[in-house]
Amino acid sequence: MWVIYKKELTTFFNNLTGYLVLGVFLTVMGLFLFVFPETSLLESNFASLEPFFEMAPSLFLFLVPAITMRLLAEERQLGTLALLLTKPIDEMGLIIGKFLAAVTLLLLALVPTLFYNITLYFLGSPVGNLDSGAIMGSYLGLLLLGSAFASIGMLASSLTESQIVAFVLAVTGCFLFFYGFYFLSGLPVFFGKWDALVQQFGMDYHYHALSKGAPDTRDLIYFLSVMAIFLLITRFVLQYRIRS
Amino acid sequence: MSVRVDGLTKIYGEQKAIDKLSFQVEKGQILGFLGPNGAGKSTTMKILTGYLPPTEGSVEIGGFDVQANPKEIRRLIGYLPENNPLYGDLYIKEYLHFVAGFYPIKNPSARVSEVIDLIGLTPEKHKKIGALSKGYKQRVGLAQAIIHDPQVLILDEPTTGLDPNQLVEIRSLIKALGKEKTLIFSTHIMQEVTALCDRVLIIKDGKMQANDTLQNLQSTFQGEWVTTVTFQGTFTLDHFKKIQDVQRIRQIHTDTIQVITAPGIDVRPLLFKQAVKDDNIIIGMQQDRRSVEEIFQKLTGSDIQ
Repeated sequence: MWVIYKKELTTFFNNLTGYLVLGVFLTVMGLFLFVFPETSLLESNFASLEPFFEMAPSLFLFLVPAITMRLLAEERQLGTLALLLTKPIDEMGLIIGKFLAAVTLLLLALVPTLFYNITLYFLGSPVGNLDSGAIMGSYLGLLLLGSAFASIGMLASSLTESQIVAFVLAVTGCFLFFYGFYFLSGLPVFFGKWDALVQQFGMDYHYHALSKGAPDTRDLIYFLSVMAIFLLITRFVLQYRIRS
Repeated sequence: MSVRVDGLTKIYGEQKAIDKLSFQVEKGQILGFLGPNGAGKSTTMKILTGYLPPTEGSVEIGGFDVQANPKEIRRLIGYLPENNPLYGDLYIKEYLHFVAGFYPIKNPSARVSEVIDLIGLTPEKHKKIGALSKGYKQRVGLAQAIIHDPQVLILDEPTTGLDPNQLVEIRSLIKALGKEKTLIFSTHIMQEVTALCDRVLIIKDGKMQANDTLQNLQSTFQGEWVTTVTFQGTFTLDHFKKIQDVQRIRQIHTDTIQVITAPGIDVRPLLFKQAVKDDNIIIGMQQDRRSVEEIFQKLTGSDIQ
């Protein structure tokens, strides 16, 4: 598993995907938070990173599929999947190794944003007036959300040999799981009776719950189960679809 | 380390890709897996490596059942898949290090350099795989297959698409590797079998057509050997007829005869001695046995009957 993890991480930074993802994420975030007046932290009257945590999921919606689209589709296209799966590693080891590499890249994208907090710390009045609990919860939520997106991306990438198809499938899947259930709950069938329940299936519900700063195990379990389910389906795809 | 295959069958949907294959290979043997395209060679090899599960039957490598012990099997075998898939954007060393990482190798860097030397990649060792010629790519494919010094090597069409020089080099590599290992390779080129193999396994439509040593195959599929002898001047036909093992002689030209014997008998020395005794002058002598090509065609095709 770690062999795969190491290789994928080096590949990210060998073929520029890694730098591109980090660059795009930090540039866009920086523009919104410090340059564009509408969303700028400097113009806002509150020392809060809320605009960042509001926008990050939409960016992840595109960036995470861009990271994961290559991971299995390329192996299928090159034929190297047959090579890897005859080495002493099983499907799950292969999948987890690649998945963790993608999550690591996301983590690397988030680390520089900690710098925003320092800015905020000094912007606060009095200095240091920050809701650190909410910020920590939001970071946890964002990482879990990104990882859940990555697990959807892994499945999308296992379904096809084409990276483009994998990308489109992953974006659609992530979108549906993030916003889909919220919109679904507005349908007349659910509205008024079941809408709260339906919303709980969506990622946005749990993401926002976590960002309130009081981590609830139910939200953690939700994200971890989503990842487990998608990675297990990916394994199923590798085992039964490609091999027969 | 021996490879035993017993009653192997693979069914895709309705189609039987391979049908009750059974064979055995021992250490130090090279088994050539011969068959027309689509005969089931690659499928069989994928099952041998544990990549595909068989529908029926079993494969045992070094006493381990392939389906029951995938981890052990994968350490024991080296596999070069069909079409030699590689990562073009990796450097040779980088790639071999990556592959070495899957196995418990004590000093991976030393082993990588050793394999690069052994396989003859030294002149190109600083290049990216994508920049290599087909022959060198094939060497990289072989290098990754032997990086952990496996007991059993399974090579799926290791020589397709190579030019004649590359062909000779890769063949001699395979021959050298086959001395210490159990080696199974597939091909649809007949000369390759003659050049490399101890045993030949011919399949057609997934069914075994032959499984024997090359020599046995040749004698089984040909009822007789023919020696064509050309003389200068006169000769005494009757004396040749009395030579032991000669079944019959037919004269095909005024100065040329064909001596027919049972398969496996080389009658040329006796013919020569008799000619010297009778003061006949032999200027040409050629022994023909049925070629592998002919056997192959007879067993697998309907082109030439």
